[in-house]
Amino acid sequence: MPAPGPQPRTRERLVPAERPPVPVRAALGPPEERAPLAPSTLPQSNARSSGLFDAVRRGEPFQATIHPSVARETPILEIEHLDLWYGKAQALHDVSLVCPAGKVTALIGPSGCGKSTLLRCVNRMNDLIENVRVGGRLRLAGQDVYARSVDVIELRKRIGMVFQKPNPFPMSIYENVVYPLRVDGERDRRVLDEVCESSLRSAGLWDEVKDRLAKSAVALSGGQQQRLCIARAIAAEPEVLLLDEPCSALDPIATGRIEELIHQFEGAYSILIVTHNMQQASRVSDFTAFMYLGRLVEFGATDEIFLQPALKETEDYVTGRFG
Amino acid sequence: MTKHLQRDLEGLERRTLFLAGEVEEAVRRSIRALLDRRVELAERVIDGDDEIDRHEVELEEECLKVLALHNPVASDLRFIVACLKIENDLERIADLAANIAERSVSLAERSALPVPPRIREMVETCARMLRQSIEAFVRGDAALARRICAEDAQVDQANRLIIQELLAAMHREPACIDEAVELISVSKNLERIGDHATNIAEDVVYLVEGDIIRHRTKRAPGEQAPAGGRSGPSAR
Repeated sequence: MPAPGPQPRTRERLVPAERPPVPVRAALGPPEERAPLAPSTLPQSNARSSGLFDAVRRGEPFQATIHPSVARETPILEIEHLDLWYGKAQALHDVSLVCPAGKVTALIGPSGCGKSTLLRCVNRMNDLIENVRVGGRLRLAGQDVYARSVDVIELRKRIGMVFQKPNPFPMSIYENVVYPLRVDGERDRRVLDEVCESSLRSAGLWDEVKDRLAKSAVALSGGQQQRLCIARAIAAEPEVLLLDEPCSALDPIATGRIEELIHQFEGAYSILIVTHNMQQASRVSDFTAFMYLGRLVEFGATDEIFLQPALKETEDYVTGRFG
Repeated sequence: MTKHLQRDLEGLERRTLFLAGEVEEAVRRSIRALLDRRVELAERVIDGDDEIDRHEVELEEECLKVLALHNPVASDLRFIVACLKIENDLERIADLAANIAERSVSLAERSALPVPPRIREMVETCARMLRQSIEAFVRGDAALARRICAEDAQVDQANRLIIQELLAAMHREPACIDEAVELISVSKNLERIGDHATNIAEDVVYLVEGDIIRHRTKRAPGEQAPAGGRSGPSAR
């Protein structure tokens, strides 16, 4: 009884609009009357099409699918109808998203979908770019981030940010970590020492650098530099931590350390992470938002997005069938 | 990577369908052996069970390999999980077919008690449920799968009635007790085949909708569980 051999099939064959009919014969008939069941179209799923592409083509507004699990959370960051233009090019279209407090929210989507742009709106990093216009509202703990009265420097102290490429300042490890306190005018050596140690411990770096705090941070390895940046970001005790592809320049072991950190931070910090690595998103986050073409497409608990996404577009993206 | 995963998923589906075909054939033969009192057919079913077990293990190994190598998510992950669960049910169905075949051998040597007509009806229902559950898997047809789940109550009811009939026959004719006991065993095995077909249908609902409906598709309200054994779906 040989196992069935491989049969070449074209890609078109895999995703026809309608599934082929399955021949059904009486199960109790003689063998020659029984036809084998025809193979199916894979995968089988009832995820529905959101009509995203049609809406974009017609220039119509698009309604994102938000899972009910999000509404049960306490929000720290509320983004409402956010639009953003780089000059005449609109990069974000009517994005509404609520980031739960004390949880990790991952932003996923193909390059150019607006994930990093959205992240940079939160601490107003986009203000530094010319010709950027922002519409809609973005509130941090109830306070409007784009209100005229907001002091941007003060705002950024409440929001830590770590970038794709580690960016230690060209100074000692110690000075890197306590930099946010120095900027604030803190001079008490005891306080500085305490914050330096606690931040480095939280970032999982203390044991590796405690004997060389006065050495240049630039001499650290890439993974260590990134953890140093995280230590610097949390030294200011921010409410929100923004991570913009924090592991994309790191090897798997250094990546694993950063992911462990994110896990440890759960509850203490509200984290918004942009990642191209889908497995990383599924490993570290509690909630996942899928963005495409500057729109939020689907947002829900990470297990919902990776096990049973409601939309076909999300399913195609997380299973790697996008395009 | 997607192409590799797609190719492997198609391979899993082909293997699952192949196993399903073998198991369906075993059930069909065991039933014919029973109804036509054909010992040689029954022996083929009993002998073929090892081969089915081997295919089941191979399929499970393939599923685990695809899980480990591709880290699948969403519908891909649900598909592999469904294959893993379905092959388990198929293997159990093959065991039950072998049990029926063994009873058929024993019954073929005696001929005092005719096979109750209700068993013939039950046979048809169970074979159809099995066929349709695999069909639902292939087509991703959750509606068909749910209909199969609803049918399981009929099989359970038929089993109860057959047991009552055979118990009555034993009272009337103590000489045919041995045969009646064998037929009760056949009926119970058929009922279990219905359970496993229902399990497969439940896995199809999970595959398509991501919803685990197990333990929700129990018997109709007011219906009593039979004494001495389970009768709802999901006997794993």
